[in-house]
Amino acid sequence: MAARVNTVRIPSPLRDYTAGATQVSASGATVAALLDDLERAHPGMRFRMIDEQDHIRPHIRVFINQREVNALDEAVAAGDEIHLICALSGG
Amino acid sequence: MASTLWIGTRKGVFALRPDVRRRVWKLAGPQFLGHIIHHVVQDPREPRRLALAAKTGHLGPTVYTSGDRGRSWQEAAAPPAFRKADESEKPRAVERVFWLTPGHESEPGVWYAGTSPAGLFRSGDHGQRWEPVTGFNDHAMYSKWAAGLRTPDGELLHSIRVDPRDARHLYLAISIGGVFESTDRGADWAPLNEGVAADFLPDPNVAYGHDPHCLIQHPLQPDRLYQQNHCGSYRLDRPARRWVRIGERMPRRIGDIGFPIVAHPRDPDTVWVLPMDGSKVWPRTALGGKPAVYVSRNAGRSWQRQDRGLPRAQAWFTVLRQAMCADQAARLGLYFGTTQGEVWASSDEGGSWRCLARHLPEIYSVSHAC
Repeated sequence: MAARVNTVRIPSPLRDYTAGATQVSASGATVAALLDDLERAHPGMRFRMIDEQDHIRPHIRVFINQREVNALDEAVAAGDEIHLICALSGG
Repeated sequence: MASTLWIGTRKGVFALRPDVRRRVWKLAGPQFLGHIIHHVVQDPREPRRLALAAKTGHLGPTVYTSGDRGRSWQEAAAPPAFRKADESEKPRAVERVFWLTPGHESEPGVWYAGTSPAGLFRSGDHGQRWEPVTGFNDHAMYSKWAAGLRTPDGELLHSIRVDPRDARHLYLAISIGGVFESTDRGADWAPLNEGVAADFLPDPNVAYGHDPHCLIQHPLQPDRLYQQNHCGSYRLDRPARRWVRIGERMPRRIGDIGFPIVAHPRDPDTVWVLPMDGSKVWPRTALGGKPAVYVSRNAGRSWQRQDRGLPRAQAWFTVLRQAMCADQAARLGLYFGTTQGEVWASSDEGGSWRCLARHLPEIYSVSHAC
């Protein structure tokens, strides 16, 4: 079975964790697993997006392809593109 | 001695460094441009070390530390975070790290952090990994002490004080909740609010539920506490438990409402406040647009106005609780930063003031580092 790999689009506020990369690869059958994989490769990144109760922070949005997801147990399919969005945080 | 004034702002960190006479100051920065910086604190046990509390508009809260006097910074590997809530519990998540305090001299590497919502956290490795202080965060009375009455910036745990004589003896303050004391390194806590007004509550004579804006403990006389509260300024000389309202000796037209309170590091009887307008809808600005510092040289029994060099009119300063400090110089320097982005300084214990910097972002904290 081929390894599951997803492209993850990284918004500018999080690029300190990816050495400036605008997209990285990560894998996981769910959003939670994919974020864990991201955290292994880019330590510190997850907590800036997801709080200690596993809730997506108020100004972070997660999209699988064009669909917004609100829970970390959403399934991720091989080839899905993950968009991490930073939105509407005020002036 | 090298000296730096660290300025934490809503949009990053700035540093002001003086010449040897403190006449010429150079502004450096910003570092962390765009980050919300609530507190920048030097570790007096290892002066090359600093910690700062940060978040951004989008991203969650964290702590950065420096081991080279602020030239470079590393993010905490495990920032302050509440434990995962049980299904029966209301989940708590740190929204901001608001306050940082170095630990006792006998405990190198220990730091404490206060957060919003009210949480107390401890690090034993210079701020790299943080753990909840369960004795406070999971105290049986927590939900009553930290009842969720929020300031505009949320419920704030701040003014964590470590008794220089005893690492086990701690104080902290919650806006809104009151002052609390622990004598066992944070395993248990008790309110310490007797004598403090809480005139915004239906019952003003409560044991907790007060709004301390800033609590300080004198380093040379640790039984001497001062408190600038939402409802006046106070002194407490332990082991007494009843606060004395020293603000009643302020001029009536000025009142005793404000955010910061600063003590002279070598004289426990000398203390400065910066009154603000707490009338009607609480503008929280300089009274009448005429900012002034007030000093007491006798532990609050009388006060003198200090406004030489400050604007005489139409200056609507607001100075937040972490935004006023003293240095350690023989001729003591005092500093404050305004929410309008100005830094003001006195090199003669408040006798005269001058503006060191303006046009900075909204200033949240001003702290001195040697």
